[in-house]
Amino acid sequence: MEENLVANIHSFETFGTVDGPGIRFIFFMQGCALRCKYCHNRDTWRRNGGKKLSVDELIEKILKYKNYISPNGGVTASGGEPLLQAPFLIELFKQLKKEGIHTCIDTSGMFAITDEIKELLSLTDLVLLDIKHIDDNKCKDLVGVSNKLELEFAKYLSDNGNKMWIRQVLVPGYTDDEEDLLRLKEFLSTLKTVEKVELLPYHNMGKYKWSDLGVEYDLENVKPATQEDVDRAKKILGI
Amino acid sequence: MEFKQWQGFKCGDWQKEINVRDFIQHNYTPYEGDSSFLEGATDKTLKLWDKVLKLYEKEKNSPGGVLDIDTKTVAGVDAFEAGYIDKNLEEIVGFQTDSPLKRAIMPYGGIRIVEKAVAACEKTLDSKIEEIFHKYRKTHNEGVFDIYTPDIRAARSAHLLTGLPDGYGRGRIIGDYRRITLYGVDALIEEKKEELEILNVDEFSEDVVRSREEIAEQIKSLNELKAMALKYGFDISVPASNAKEAVQWLYFGYLASVKSQDGAAMSLGRTSTFLDIYIERDLQNGTLTEKQAQEIIDHFVMKLRMVRFLRTPEYNELFSGDPVWVTESIGGMGIDGRTLVTKNSFRVLHTLENLGPAPEPNLTVLWSTRLPEGFKRYTTGLSIKTSSIQYETDDVMRFSLGDDYGIACCVSPMKIGKQMQFFGARANLAKTLLYAINGGRDELSGKQITPEFTPITSEYLNYDEVIAKLDVMMDYVAKIYIKALNGIHYMHDKYCYESLAMALHDKDVIRTMACGIAGLSVVADSLSAIKYAKVKVIRDKTGLATDFEVEGDFPKYGNDDDRVDQIAVNIVKRFIKKLRKHPTYRNSKHTLSILTITSNVVYGKSTGNTPDGRKSGEPFGPGANPLHGRDTNGALAVMNTIAKLPFDSAEDGISYTFSITPNTLGKEEEQRISNLVSMLDGFFAQTGHHINVNVFDRSLLQDAMKHPEKYPQLTIRVSGYAVNFTKLTKEQQLDVINRTIHEKI
Repeated sequence: MEENLVANIHSFETFGTVDGPGIRFIFFMQGCALRCKYCHNRDTWRRNGGKKLSVDELIEKILKYKNYISPNGGVTASGGEPLLQAPFLIELFKQLKKEGIHTCIDTSGMFAITDEIKELLSLTDLVLLDIKHIDDNKCKDLVGVSNKLELEFAKYLSDNGNKMWIRQVLVPGYTDDEEDLLRLKEFLSTLKTVEKVELLPYHNMGKYKWSDLGVEYDLENVKPATQEDVDRAKKILGI
Repeated sequence: MEFKQWQGFKCGDWQKEINVRDFIQHNYTPYEGDSSFLEGATDKTLKLWDKVLKLYEKEKNSPGGVLDIDTKTVAGVDAFEAGYIDKNLEEIVGFQTDSPLKRAIMPYGGIRIVEKAVAACEKTLDSKIEEIFHKYRKTHNEGVFDIYTPDIRAARSAHLLTGLPDGYGRGRIIGDYRRITLYGVDALIEEKKEELEILNVDEFSEDVVRSREEIAEQIKSLNELKAMALKYGFDISVPASNAKEAVQWLYFGYLASVKSQDGAAMSLGRTSTFLDIYIERDLQNGTLTEKQAQEIIDHFVMKLRMVRFLRTPEYNELFSGDPVWVTESIGGMGIDGRTLVTKNSFRVLHTLENLGPAPEPNLTVLWSTRLPEGFKRYTTGLSIKTSSIQYETDDVMRFSLGDDYGIACCVSPMKIGKQMQFFGARANLAKTLLYAINGGRDELSGKQITPEFTPITSEYLNYDEVIAKLDVMMDYVAKIYIKALNGIHYMHDKYCYESLAMALHDKDVIRTMACGIAGLSVVADSLSAIKYAKVKVIRDKTGLATDFEVEGDFPKYGNDDDRVDQIAVNIVKRFIKKLRKHPTYRNSKHTLSILTITSNVVYGKSTGNTPDGRKSGEPFGPGANPLHGRDTNGALAVMNTIAKLPFDSAEDGISYTFSITPNTLGKEEEQRISNLVSMLDGFFAQTGHHINVNVFDRSLLQDAMKHPEKYPQLTIRVSGYAVNFTKLTKEQQLDVINRTIHEKI
C-alpha cells in the first residue's frame, strides 16, 4: 500500500543553503551502496539505520517550513543515497508538487534507468549529480564501483531535459589530476542541461564518524583541499 | 490653517486639524525601485564625521567614558546655550548641552542617582543643586520609595521584579516630532489652548485638574522649545519651508525631548517617509540635489548618534554601551495597499554605509511580505554587512495599530502621537517558578520574600503539583507587580512629567501598562523536564530546594516541538490574564513584552539552579530566545518556536535575537541576500514579531575582545537594540559569543 511507505531517515537540516537554490529543507536518507573513501556521512551507509518516517509524517514536517522554502527554495533529498528508496520519494514528491514545492535529489546517479527512476525524475525539478570520477579505474578505487552507470545517468538527464548541477569532490591526489579534469570538462560539454558545476573541497571533518564506528579511514594522510587547490581545478574546468 | 510653507502639497483634513498621517497619505511618493539612486558621503560629511570620531575617542578615554558633565545646570528644554562641533560644517545643528557629548544632569528622576553617576566620572555635583533636590524639591525616586510597601521592596531586592523604572526616567514615550515641521510650534500651542478650553468644566475632578495642569506644562515646554531653537537662529513658530528646515525642525523637537528627559528609551518615531515628502518637493523644484538630500540625512543621523545620558555604573551593568534607543521605524505598508517605503527610507539606512555601522539610531524595519523587492534586498544586504538592523512584523501590527505607528525602545509598538506607555520592565518568571517550589523563600538567600505558601516537599517534582503552585505564585507576582507599577507611574507623572514629549500628543492618549517577562525559556524547559523527564529535588538542611537532578531527556524550547512550545505559550497567556485582574493607574491597558535587552545576564546571575538543569548564575536566554545550546534543530526551528508566542497576549513585543555566520547564509553575496529575504518572509509569515539579525563569525568577536582598538565601530544586535561590541562588559561579550550562532561546516 502506497500510503504505508516508510523511509529510513538519518537526519534533517531545516536551513540548507548550498544543496539547491534558495532555502532548502534537506533530509538525509539512510543507506548507500558506494564506499567512497572520503565519505563524511559514513554513518548513513547502513540501509536500516536512522528513524522510520512515513510519507505523511515527513510531509507534515516539511510543511512547517513551507513559508521559508517557498517560493525560492524547496526540498532536497540527500543521504546516503536517496535513490535507494525511490518508491518513497515518488510518493513524497507527488505530494510536494501538489503543494507547489521545488524538489531536488542529491545523488551519485549510480543507477540503471528503470521505469521507477524515470517516474521519480519526472517529479524532480533539479538533480545534484555527484560525478565521482571520470576515469573508470580510479572511480572503482575511490568509491568501489564503476562510473559507467552514473555517466549514462547524466546522459539520460540531459536527453530528457532534466536540470542538473554537477558536483565533484576535490580530493588531493585522487580527483585533481589535470588530465582527468580535462576529460571531465569534455564530458560535461556534451550535456545540455547542466546549470552549474561545483567543486566541493575535500575535508576530513567527517573522519570521527569512521572511528566512532570502529572502521579504518583510508585517507588518513590526505590533507583537506585548500582554496588554491580549488582555484586551480576550477581554472582547468573553465568554471 | 493656511501657511505659505505648504505650497505644492495636496490638500486634505491635515490642514484643518493636527493630522500628520493624513498629510503623509495625501503627499508621499512610494518607491519601488532599488538602491542605485543613492549618493555617497560628501566631503563636508566626511570632515564632520572625522571630527565626531575624534570626539568619540576623547570620550572613551575620559573617566567613566564620559567626555564632560555640566554639573551646575539642571537640564531642561532651554537650559543651555547653543553648541556646535564646527558651525560651518553642520547642516543640522543642536546639542543637548552647550557642547557636543557633554552630558547634562537630570535630577527630577532622582538626585542620588545623579550624584552616583557624577561621582563615577570623578566629578562633583554643584552643592546648590544638591541642596535644592535634597531639601526643597522632591524627586520621582523619593516619591516611589515613600509609598513602596514591604512586599514590593522585598520582591525588588530579591530580583523577583527587576529593572523597575523607580530610580531612572521611564522613557518609551514618542513625541510626534513631525508636527513641529508640518505645523510650526505656534499652531501646536493654539491646539493645546483649545484642549485646555475643553477642560474648562464645572466638575473639577482629580482627572480634570491633573489634565489641565499637564496641558499647562505642555504649553510651557512648547514655548521653551521655540526659545531654544531661536538660540540656534531658527524661528520654528511657523512650519518648515524646505527639506533642510523640515529635518531641522523635527530634530529640534526630538532634541528638546532629550534635553529634558533621560528616559530609558528615547525613540524618534516614524519620520523618514514624512521627511521624504519635503525632500521630494525640493527635488522636483530643483532646489535640492540627491547628494544634498543625503548630506542632510547623514548630518541628522550624526546628531542622533551623539545623544548622551548620564548613567550610573549599575545601570550600565544592565544596559551596556550607552544605549538611548533612538528608534526609527522604517518602511511598512499602508492600509490602502501602497508601500510606505520611500527613497528616504533608503537614505536613512544608507547612513550605515556613509558613516559606517553604529548602534544608534536603532534602525527598525517594519517588514511586510509585500514590501518592494528592491527595499527588501537593500536592507537585508545591509544587515549582512553591518548587523545593525532589527525587523518587526508590519503585517501583524498594522492590523491592530494602523499604518502610522512606531516602535519605542526595542519592540514596543504605539500609534504616533496617540498612544504612550507606562514602561514596566519585567518580572523574573524563572524565580517565580522557584518560589512556587519553595513556598516563597528565595533559593539563594533562604529569606521569605512572599507570604508563606506551602512548599513542595516531595523528592521528585510532580508536574500537576508544580503547575498548581506556580499558578498561585504567578497570581501573587502579578498582584505586586501592578501595585509597584501603579505607584511608580503615579510618581513619575507627578515629579518627572514628560511635558515636551506629551505636548506632541493628542489630548486623549491611549496608555498601556507595559509589563514584561524574563526567563520564559527557562520556565518552559523546567516544566518540560518535570513533565517528560524526572526531576529530583536537592534540598539544604532547612528544606530549601537549592538544586535539581534531571533524569532522562525532555523536549526543549526552541526546537519547534509543540510539547514544550505550548507550555511557553500557556505561560504567556496565563500571566497576562493574571495581570489583567488588577486595575491600573489611569486605566492603562495591560500589555506584556518578552524582552530582556542585555539584562538576561544580570537576571541569570541573581537566579539559582533551575529544574531544567540550568546552573545558578548562568544567563537566561535573551528575550524569547531559547537557552544557549538548547536549540539543536537549526535556525528555522527556533523561529517557528518563537513565532508561536501569541502577539495578542504579548502586545508589547516578543524579541528574538538571531545570529548566523555568512557562509551558512549562502555561498555568495546575492544568494545570502535572497536567503535572508526568504527567511524573514518566512518568519513573519509564521507570525513572528521581532528579529535582530546578526551576520558574523564567532572568531571576529573573539578577536574584537582581544583587540578592541581594531574594531571601533563593530556593531551587533542584542535583544532589542544594537550595541558597540567593544563597549559591552566582559560578561556580556562572553554571553554573546557563547550564544547560538547558527553555523554549519
